[in-house]
Amino acid sequence: MSGKTHVQTTINGEHTDFLCEPRQSLLEVLRDVVGLTGTKEGCNDGNCGACTVILDGRIVTACLVLGVEAEGAEITTIEGIASGGILHPIQQAFLENAALQCGVCTPGFILASKALLDENPNPTEHEIRFWLANNLCRCTGYDKIVRAVLDAAATMQEV
Amino acid sequence: MAKSAWPEANRRKQIGARIARHDGPPKATGAARYAYDMNPKGMLFAKMLQCPHGHAKVISVDASAAEAMPGVAMVLVEKDKDGEFPATTFDGAIIATVAATTEEIAEEALSAIEVEYEMREVITNDREHGLVSGRAAETGDAATVMDGAEVVSEGYYGLPTITHCCLESHGQVCEFRDGELYIWPSTQNVSGYAGSVRTAADLPNEKIHVDVQYMGGGFGSKFTAGPWGTACVEIAKATGKPVKLMLDRAQELKSAGHRPSNFGTVKIGLKKDGTITGFHSDVWGTNGQGRFAQRAMPYCLKEIPNIYTRSQGIVTNRGSVQAWRAPNHPQAAYLTMSALEDAAAKIGMDALEFLKKNLVFGDVDRKDYWAEELDIAAEMIGYASKAHPRGDKTPGNIKRGIGISFHLWGGKGGASACDLTINPTGTVGAKIGSQDLGVGTRTCIAQVAAETLGIPIDMITVEIGRNSYPASGASGGSTTIGGISTSTRDAATKALNVIMANVAPGLNVAPDKLEAWDGRIQEIGNPSNGLSWQDACKSLGQMALTKQGSNPTEDGTELTTADVGGVQMAEVSVDIETGIVTMENFVAVQDIGLIINEKLAESQVHGAMIMGVTWALYEECVYDATTGKMLNPDMEFYQLATLGDIGNFQVKLMDGEKYQSRGVIGIGEPPAISPGAAIGNAVANAIGVRVPELPLTPDRVLQALNEGGMV
Repeated sequence: MSGKTHVQTTINGEHTDFLCEPRQSLLEVLRDVVGLTGTKEGCNDGNCGACTVILDGRIVTACLVLGVEAEGAEITTIEGIASGGILHPIQQAFLENAALQCGVCTPGFILASKALLDENPNPTEHEIRFWLANNLCRCTGYDKIVRAVLDAAATMQEV
Repeated sequence: MAKSAWPEANRRKQIGARIARHDGPPKATGAARYAYDMNPKGMLFAKMLQCPHGHAKVISVDASAAEAMPGVAMVLVEKDKDGEFPATTFDGAIIATVAATTEEIAEEALSAIEVEYEMREVITNDREHGLVSGRAAETGDAATVMDGAEVVSEGYYGLPTITHCCLESHGQVCEFRDGELYIWPSTQNVSGYAGSVRTAADLPNEKIHVDVQYMGGGFGSKFTAGPWGTACVEIAKATGKPVKLMLDRAQELKSAGHRPSNFGTVKIGLKKDGTITGFHSDVWGTNGQGRFAQRAMPYCLKEIPNIYTRSQGIVTNRGSVQAWRAPNHPQAAYLTMSALEDAAAKIGMDALEFLKKNLVFGDVDRKDYWAEELDIAAEMIGYASKAHPRGDKTPGNIKRGIGISFHLWGGKGGASACDLTINPTGTVGAKIGSQDLGVGTRTCIAQVAAETLGIPIDMITVEIGRNSYPASGASGGSTTIGGISTSTRDAATKALNVIMANVAPGLNVAPDKLEAWDGRIQEIGNPSNGLSWQDACKSLGQMALTKQGSNPTEDGTELTTADVGGVQMAEVSVDIETGIVTMENFVAVQDIGLIINEKLAESQVHGAMIMGVTWALYEECVYDATTGKMLNPDMEFYQLATLGDIGNFQVKLMDGEKYQSRGVIGIGEPPAISPGAAIGNAVANAIGVRVPELPLTPDRVLQALNEGGMV
């Protein structure tokens, strides 16, 4: 047992303080301390990508980041993607392309797709497949996710 | 009187529409709350200590140090019904469960529990015929089955045990309040779940409240609470606190369900013109400690004149079996379809021509469908220009090939009841104690209700996932869509008939001359004699109207049937230097009944195909023969296909009056049957030699090439 550390971060644009044990992962902190349960636990060892969040502009699997490492960081989770009740074009494209079924992998895929389109607004299909190969889905259809990201990229180019 | 029979094609607006799923926004924004996401105030975290040995007897358990740790609320040690420590039969059997105020304390406490084991002999080998145990099931006469054959083709084929690997693991959160149990499980059986925790809770079903708004995949493995679920309930009852017990990934892969393995030899006797004369199969496999089901061999071609089959189980110290998407069909399809293409190759006949010729022996309800679907699939994948005899003779180390398989399934709707309420303002609510594993249950209920009442879909509110709603069967056997669409249609029709009877006198027509269409109740053939839906609902006065509908319907109207078929063709490329198999194109043609939502039905097929690519190329539970430990209980070494591994998919759902007239049929499972066979056949077609066992890993491909490759 060890004492808790005070950590200051910005989560989805809001200054957020939390207390966590040094051994707690950012995933656990987000879900159980901050109450943002949209970030999902799939494997807890960095292989499935369900807990993908954006930390200081880079995608990370929150299960492999310690809560204390987030000191001073800007974090975007799935709860911060839509704004003012309006879905982000990526979310909209996932719905229209039926790119989700059970939905557990979906937050991670959407965060990873957002990071891709932030960096490369007009990716090829190959680039999408390569970029998203760190996220695992067990039930829907990766093909539909590729179509969704292509659609979202096109929509975002128009705006 | 409006009838519950499905409307004609020209009177359908909602049914068959490509509507995005209603549960999409909460899932895409993180608002959807799964079992894992429930955190009631004061909740304890429960963790399980599992047996690390393949086979052992627990001699003693000392949990005193764990119990004394600050923050530990309870340690529950497993005992059998006689109060003895259990004999554990696989890596992952539960020894004890700890509940503590944090996950970390619970994990520390687990490591403080001292367990003494007495080791027992371990058997994990399920590949060797000599290890069979238990009685064999046998049909036919082995001595005469090949009589009359001019050519006999023989091969060995196999599939290992695999797991479900649901992305949301098994488990639940539960809480006792005022002597009643509130439970949020990850289950595919909302209405039946209470029965599996009733004994642990010591409560009647009506005092057990199950709530499953979202769940993260089941594939057949989440029908009951399981030992972790009952332990969770026992701890909640004893401590008086809410308890969360979700399996971690290793526990999920070791103990939450396996698909049985299947190995065996298949002989096919045939004439030189390709007509099959006899079929001989001798298969075995393991269900862990469970009973091995008889394999339905030969798959699909049940009318072959001479058939001998033998099937036998091997009891092993592998993880327990749960139903796995289309139980037993993928194995039977792999063994049969592989043998069929090997037979075709042996006589130098084109595989497609060979299969079509022998469809005469096919299941009577489906052989005509298969014939049509084989042609469609061939067209979609470009068979005519791409097909070649076994062994791609193209120079270089990349060889391409095409493989074929076909399958069958039932899919008739299961028992379901729906309460449909029409409010005096015209809004409508539907309640069903069903669940959404991903099929889009809410969306489909809303579509059927809106269609039946002739109103926009956004006037329908759907509630599912609670056992306080009318009971609906578990989601297994692809029975959900047929069940919920029938009960909704039946309930909405009954309610509509009350509204029609109310307004008919004012319109001066008999109620059976009215229709619900375009937001109006109006006279058939004279639409100007009518009134808006909202005005019609005012006839209810102050009180809402609720009617219950069911599947089967009370009046015997059949809105759902069974018996679908499907064909899949895979095109692969194989690098014969590295043994790596790459998916190029994968085509699925699936017949279905009346499609409620084409977009969601397609998703089911896509998902099944991906799962199929995964078990064809990557998935296998690897066990150590000496210790019985599962060696790959994580998502690094228990591999799933990624987005980069699947190639291009094309899906064709058969549609039109011939199919629609069959009523609604579920297809969650059938497209998951053929992938292994189609991909295995494609690899054989590419490299000229059969790779007998799945998954088709590079080492297996290279071994097959070394032992007899034509290339």
